[in-house]
Amino acid sequence: MGELVTEKHVRYILAAEKRKDDFESVVMEHLRMNGVYWGLTTLDLLGKLDTVDVNEFVSWVMSCQHESGGFSGNIGHDPHILYTLSAVQVLALFNKLDIIDVDKVTKYIVSLQNEDGSFSGDIWGEVDTRFSYIAISCLSILHCLDKINVEKAVKYILSCKNMDGGFGCTPGGESHAGQIFCCVGALAITGSLDLVDKDLLGWWLCERQVKSGGLNGRPEKLPDVCYSWWVLSSLIMIDRVHWINKEKLIKFILNCQVVLAELLSCDFESDTENGGISDRPDDAVDIFHTYFGVAGLSLLEYPGVKPIDPAYALPVDVVDRIFFK
Amino acid sequence: MGSDSDEEQHRVRLSQRPEWSDVTPVPQDDGPNPVVPIAYTQEFTEVMDYFRAVYLADERSPRALGLTAEAIEFNPGNYTVWHFRRMLLESLSSDLHSELGFLERISEGNSKNYQIWHHRRWVAEKLGPESANTELEFTKKILSIDAKHYHAWSHRQWVLQALGGWEYELNYCSELLEEDIFNNSAWNQRYFVITRSPVLGGLEAMRESEVHYTVEAILAHPENESSWRYLRGLYRGEATLWVNDPQVSVVCLKILRSKRNYVFALSTLLDLLCHGLQANQDFGDAVDALKTSDLDKHDTDLARTVCSILERVDPLRANYWNWRKCMLPHATNSASKK
Repeated sequence: MGELVTEKHVRYILAAEKRKDDFESVVMEHLRMNGVYWGLTTLDLLGKLDTVDVNEFVSWVMSCQHESGGFSGNIGHDPHILYTLSAVQVLALFNKLDIIDVDKVTKYIVSLQNEDGSFSGDIWGEVDTRFSYIAISCLSILHCLDKINVEKAVKYILSCKNMDGGFGCTPGGESHAGQIFCCVGALAITGSLDLVDKDLLGWWLCERQVKSGGLNGRPEKLPDVCYSWWVLSSLIMIDRVHWINKEKLIKFILNCQVVLAELLSCDFESDTENGGISDRPDDAVDIFHTYFGVAGLSLLEYPGVKPIDPAYALPVDVVDRIFFK
Repeated sequence: MGSDSDEEQHRVRLSQRPEWSDVTPVPQDDGPNPVVPIAYTQEFTEVMDYFRAVYLADERSPRALGLTAEAIEFNPGNYTVWHFRRMLLESLSSDLHSELGFLERISEGNSKNYQIWHHRRWVAEKLGPESANTELEFTKKILSIDAKHYHAWSHRQWVLQALGGWEYELNYCSELLEEDIFNNSAWNQRYFVITRSPVLGGLEAMRESEVHYTVEAILAHPENESSWRYLRGLYRGEATLWVNDPQVSVVCLKILRSKRNYVFALSTLLDLLCHGLQANQDFGDAVDALKTSDLDKHDTDLARTVCSILERVDPLRANYWNWRKCMLPHATNSASKK
């Protein structure tokens, strides 16, 4: 119970990457770009990025770029801001950002900013503070943050601040740890953290820790491994991470990953006895939870896991390479 | 997940349907390694191969529309299919009311799916204010299954602001809170309504009745984080009003005296003291009664005492309460103990 089962995670991720024809992979094929980012970042955090074929991934990523400059979730799909960030992040992991046509990607993201400073996900106009974070993070990595209206972008994010100090998806939307990560991350990257009420938000965030040591995403909800990332990274960005009980959280995450590892070692196709995992078509949620668990442990400085940047959600050495080379 | 085996027996493969005989399906361009998939995957793969064919050909036809429905039924997460479906609906000038019906069927078991909600919003926006009621009813249905459903609440807020229907929203919040007073989403919606509804008077006008409502809720369940936060929110931008309103300090006192579930009562008292509350002896006595023998009985400062108790009774956040204690000014505006 008390250790990180690194080998199992690495084996799982590598196997998932190769698996393309089972039901889960087919169902998730439109968001493969996200899955690749989660999987590869996890591998890098565990020091195993060199086990994959760089060129194969890089050429696949580039074949997902469209005329508009945006990237799609997979070949044959439409571009969306979600996959554009993941694509740039994957290339950053492989230190291949130089092959990107930066102007093209920038143009795509700039085109998605609205009058009020918010960002749409794609041409269909859905607005969400997640997209604000994505736009800001992506352009920052490409050193083109000045191409959007940063002031308006920040103003919009602040309009989503609630009286509990947290942030929602749109103005008035309930404070949610995932949305808070996006808003705080965006404000951190744009140098606007002074506009956050760090004490009030810090308290809201540390109230997410429940008796089991895990973190939930909103009051009175159940704890989940993925909140280890969103709550923790937010707390770190506002310098309040010491307000939660780290030891209890580490225990919680390790418990989750053991259960997950046991489930993951089952044959997905034929094993129906384990309920949840083999029934749900949402297989990518396993890569998703594996990534967030490992990323959470990284933030908690767990031995054997590389440090991760809380704002960019990439290994610190990758971020250093982007900004300080 | 997916259709049951009975349904699959009746479903005819696309390659067997005469109306599709002129189309060559386009497989996913994904590289080699064709492992033989299980039957269910084969059907789904076939639908997607035919979808790709009509999508690449940009065929705006009724059969293409029907095909997107099949593809969506297999996998509602595929945003490209939704994208093409919207283009088809526009080209074919399809009846958007029946589209709402299609969405309802798909939503069963898929309510956490972003694409469905986004598509629904697109349809509702096109239908305009006449669809406000339908949309409110739909979200109500989802919320009756999962009262904290984030997408549903987000959609509901959008409907109210874009299409209207505010009249019964405060009532609806009350109903949900009666079912579950701990529903943070419902408290958030309540705040949304009292601050933004065009049919109410705004936060200031609503403050008195809302304070009364909230105090009742707090007394019933003092361990409810949402109600305490809501109470604070009612005095947004008016810290002095909040500190001086006896209802606020009195509810703290009542809970402290009950000696049960008093963590939020203590933290609220702490905040009040930090904002200048002149606490009388009653508070000192009530807080004293919560001390244990371990606690420094010589701590004469009320605020410091509150912090010490919180460190003990809310140990997960001991660091936070310790920090609060360190941040207290040395000579605080609190009642002296002895």
